Amino acid sequence: MKIKESPSRIIFRIVNVIIMILLAFVCLAPLLHVFFASISDPILLTQYKGGIILWPLYDATHPITGMGYTFVLGNAQLIRGYANTFYYVAAGAILSVLLCSLGGYCVSRRNTLWMRYLTLMMTFTMFFGGGMIPTYMVNKWLGIVNTRWVMVLMGLVSVFNIIIVRTAFQAIPASLEESAQLDGAGHMTILFRITFPLAKATIAVITLFYAVGKWNDYFTAAIYLLDRKLYPLQLILREIIVQDSGQNVFDAGESANNFSQYKKLLNYSTVIFATLPILCVYPFVQKYFVKGVMIGSIKG
Amino acid sequence: MNKHTLKKDWIHNRSVYLLAVPIFVYFVIWNYIPMVGVALAFEEYSARGGFVFSQWVGLQHFADFFSSYYLWRLLRNTVLLSLLSLVINFPAPIILALLLNELQNELFKKIIQTISYMPYFVSTVVICGIIVDFLGYNGAFTSVLVKLGLAENKNLLTIKSYFRPVYVLSGTWQGIGYGSIIYLAALSGVDQELYEAARIDGANRWQQTWHVTLPGIAPTVIIMLIMQIGSLLSSSTDKIILLYNNQTLEVADTIGTFVYRRGLIQGDYGYSTAVGLFNSFVNLMLLFTANSLSRKYSETSLF
Repeated sequence: MKIKESPSRIIFRIVNVIIMILLAFVCLAPLLHVFFASISDPILLTQYKGGIILWPLYDATHPITGMGYTFVLGNAQLIRGYANTFYYVAAGAILSVLLCSLGGYCVSRRNTLWMRYLTLMMTFTMFFGGGMIPTYMVNKWLGIVNTRWVMVLMGLVSVFNIIIVRTAFQAIPASLEESAQLDGAGHMTILFRITFPLAKATIAVITLFYAVGKWNDYFTAAIYLLDRKLYPLQLILREIIVQDSGQNVFDAGESANNFSQYKKLLNYSTVIFATLPILCVYPFVQKYFVKGVMIGSIKG
Repeated sequence: MNKHTLKKDWIHNRSVYLLAVPIFVYFVIWNYIPMVGVALAFEEYSARGGFVFSQWVGLQHFADFFSSYYLWRLLRNTVLLSLLSLVINFPAPIILALLLNELQNELFKKIIQTISYMPYFVSTVVICGIIVDFLGYNGAFTSVLVKLGLAENKNLLTIKSYFRPVYVLSGTWQGIGYGSIIYLAALSGVDQELYEAARIDGANRWQQTWHVTLPGIAPTVIIMLIMQIGSLLSSSTDKIILLYNNQTLEVADTIGTFVYRRGLIQGDYGYSTAVGLFNSFVNLMLLFTANSLSRKYSETSLF
C-alpha cells in the first residue's frame, strides 16, 4: 500500500536532496581545486585570481603539465619523509595493536581481584593528565627525545582502543575459553588462538584508528624532533604549505627566481602527493571506522 | 578480602597479571609519572637542580599567571573558540544525520555519507595549508570575497576578525560527516512502532520528529554533549599553531598554544606547567559539573 505524499513533503524531499548535493560539493571542492591546480600551467596559475579552480588552467601555449609531480617525486626530502612516516605508522601499529589487545584481554578477564583497578587507572587518564611539559620532561629523562623511539612510543596505547577491544573480547562466550582452559591452554594460547581470531574486525578497527591518526599527526614530531632526517611527511608538508618555506625542501637546481614561479604548482602537487594514499584507501575502510565509533559509544 | 582470597587469586590469575605488566608500565611511565611531574608547577625549574632539587616556589607561578595580562586574553580565547565550536559544530552533525535519515534512495545516501567522511581523513597540516592558500593574497576564497565586494585582496589570515570563523567553520567542514555516524546509529535504533503510533494519533512529520525522533536519540546527544563540555577549555592546539600569526595573537592565543610557546620554545617549564595544570583542573571540574547536572535532570550520565 503506497500512501500518497503531501505536496509539502515532496518539496521537503527535493530541498533535502539539493542540500545534500551542496554539502557533497563543499566537502569536495577544496580538494578538487588543489588537484586541478596541480596539473595546471605554473604561469597561468601564478597569475590566477578567479576563485575556485574546477578545471585545469591551460591554453595553446601553456599546456597541462605533470611537472609539479616530477619535482615532488624527485625530491629526496619528501621521499624520506614518506619513508619515515611509513616506518612510524608500521612499527607503531604493530606494537599498538599488540599492547591494546593485551590490555583489552587483561581487563576483560572476569574473576580477578585487581583488574578493575587497572581499568580505573586507565580510565582516569582520559580525564586528567600531566600535560605537555611534564610529558616532555619524562621523555627527556628517558633519553628518547629526537629519536625514532619517541615517534613510535608516544600515543601508542589509547584507552579508547582498549575499551573497544575489551567490549569485543567480552562478547566472546566464556564457555569457549573455559573449554580451551580445560584442554590445558594458557592465556597466551587463548589470546592468540581464540580471542584474537574471533575479534578480527575489532582489531582491524583499532589498527586503522591508530594508523590514520599517526599518518596525520605532525604535532608529536614538532615537539620532539630536531633532526630533519627523522621528520615525518607531515612536518615537511608543514614547512612547504603552511610556513611557506618550500625553498628549504626544493633547493636542488632551482634558482630563487625560478622557485617563486613554480611555488604554487609545487605546493598543490605536494598536497596531492601526500593526501592521495589516504583518499584512495578511506572509502574501503570507512565501514571499520563506523563500526569503531559505534562500539566506542556503548557506555562501558 | 582476606589473605586466603588474595592467595587464591594470585594462584589463579598470576599469568593474567603478568600479561598486564607491559600495559601497566606504559601507563605509569607516560601517564602517571607526568602527573607527579606537575610538581614542576610549584618549582622554579633549573637544569642544574633538575626535577628533584629545583627551588620550591609554592603557588608563585599561579599567582603570577592570575595577575598577568595574559590570563584574561587566554581564558577568553580558549573559552570562546570552544563555545563557538560547541554551538555550531555540536548540532551540525545531528542535523546532518536527521537529513540523511530522510533520504530514501539508499545508494544516494551512501554516496553522500562517504563523501562527507572524506575531510575527516585529511590531515590538519593539509587542511591548514589549504586554508592558508585559499585565504591568502589572490587566494580562491579571497578572490570570491573581493568580487562580492566583501574584502580587499590581502592575506585574510592576518585580519583578527577572520580567525574565529575560520577556526570554527574549518572544524565544521572536517567533522560534520564523521560526527553524524554516531547519531545515524542512534536513529536506526529508534523504535519504528512509535512512529506508527504517532501517525495514528495524527502527528505530522514535524511533530513526529519532535516527539519521537529527538527523544529517541536524546541519550546519545547528552553523552556527547557532556564529553564536549568536559573539553571546553581545550581547543586544538596543533591546528591553532598552524593558523595563527603575530597579527592575530590577540584573538588566537589559547592556553594550549601559550603553554607550547612559553614551555617548549622558551623553556619556561615551571610557569607553563602551572598554566597547563590550571587548564586540566578546570576541564575536570567542568566535566564533573556537566555530568552531575545531566544525571539530575535527564537521568543520563557518563559515569
